[in-house]
Amino acid sequence: MRLVEIFEAFATIGLTSFGGGISGWMYRAFVERRKWLTEEEFLSSLAMCQTLPGLNVVNMAVWIGFRMRGTLGALAGFVAIIFPPLVVVLILGALYGRWGHVVVVHHALVGIAAAAIALNLNLGLQATVVAARNVIAIVVLVALFVGIGIMQLPMLPFVLVLAPISVAAAFLEERKL
Amino acid sequence: MNESLLWTFVRIFVPLSFVTIGGGASIIAEVKRQSVDVNHWITASQFVDLFAVSRAAPGPGSLLVSLIGFQVDGVAGALVVTLALFAPPSIVLYGVAHVWRRHRGATWQHAIERGLQPIAAGLVLAAVAAILRSIEGGIMAWLVAAGALVALRTLRVNPLVLLAAGATIFVIVEAYWTPT
Repeated sequence: MRLVEIFEAFATIGLTSFGGGISGWMYRAFVERRKWLTEEEFLSSLAMCQTLPGLNVVNMAVWIGFRMRGTLGALAGFVAIIFPPLVVVLILGALYGRWGHVVVVHHALVGIAAAAIALNLNLGLQATVVAARNVIAIVVLVALFVGIGIMQLPMLPFVLVLAPISVAAAFLEERKL
Repeated sequence: MNESLLWTFVRIFVPLSFVTIGGGASIIAEVKRQSVDVNHWITASQFVDLFAVSRAAPGPGSLLVSLIGFQVDGVAGALVVTLALFAPPSIVLYGVAHVWRRHRGATWQHAIERGLQPIAAGLVLAAVAAILRSIEGGIMAWLVAAGALVALRTLRVNPLVLLAAGATIFVIVEAYWTPT
């Protein structure tokens, strides 16, 4: 496997995926088209990448790159998934710096943001349906939403306290099964 | 380029990178709090604008943070923020992936996976609250967001079409209707 192939694969994904849901694009690219991974490998890799800290897509790029070509492959995946889209975003950022004060541009952006809220809300609702399976999970979920979303408290202490509690509760629950 | 500012970016975003749980949307509320309320790098209105730009652009949505870095301190700011947020978890993954794979299916892995689900869900909903609070346009913004959610769930509309529709509706309504 040449590094260029890994780079090209992830740069393409980074540059052609919009509005979240990049893992669906990755599935098509790596399981169906390129056949770098079997479906089972892909799903277990995705579960790992979602659980470990970091962005799922960046984690997937690092992990798949590593599987294909070791350390250099991981580096190629990392650079390819971030930097080509970063260039595009910064060009848009420069255009925003130049035209952002124009009233119509601002209105268009507020409209985009309002519609984009729906993407996040949809994601949050789907995650809530999966996550809210017992009292502790619901309490943790509501506490985070109220504390960070409504009361605007700092996120780090909240997560550092609630995450271990939530994981410990899940562990006890798993052991009972 | 402002060196002390760049260090501030590192100090804020490296710790945050480790609590990016279940995806980039989980940290949006804290990114907003840090860049608007605590450090006053940008206004709430600019935050909403940059959020919109990051959603309309290709690639990971978390490039929102790169845009904020760019807005505050140019290309150097963008690069530092990007690396501060993206590199540390990648290094962790690189280090622990093998151990993780070797114990695939272990009870503790299921526990971490399931235990983090309510954290991720709560944080994504908190992000929605943070953006809704920052957004001006009052009832219109809520209506567009609600309409987009319905369209998304019932019609499975392409996200880009949805964003374009949101922009169009806002531009037209703002041009013809001024709430007092």
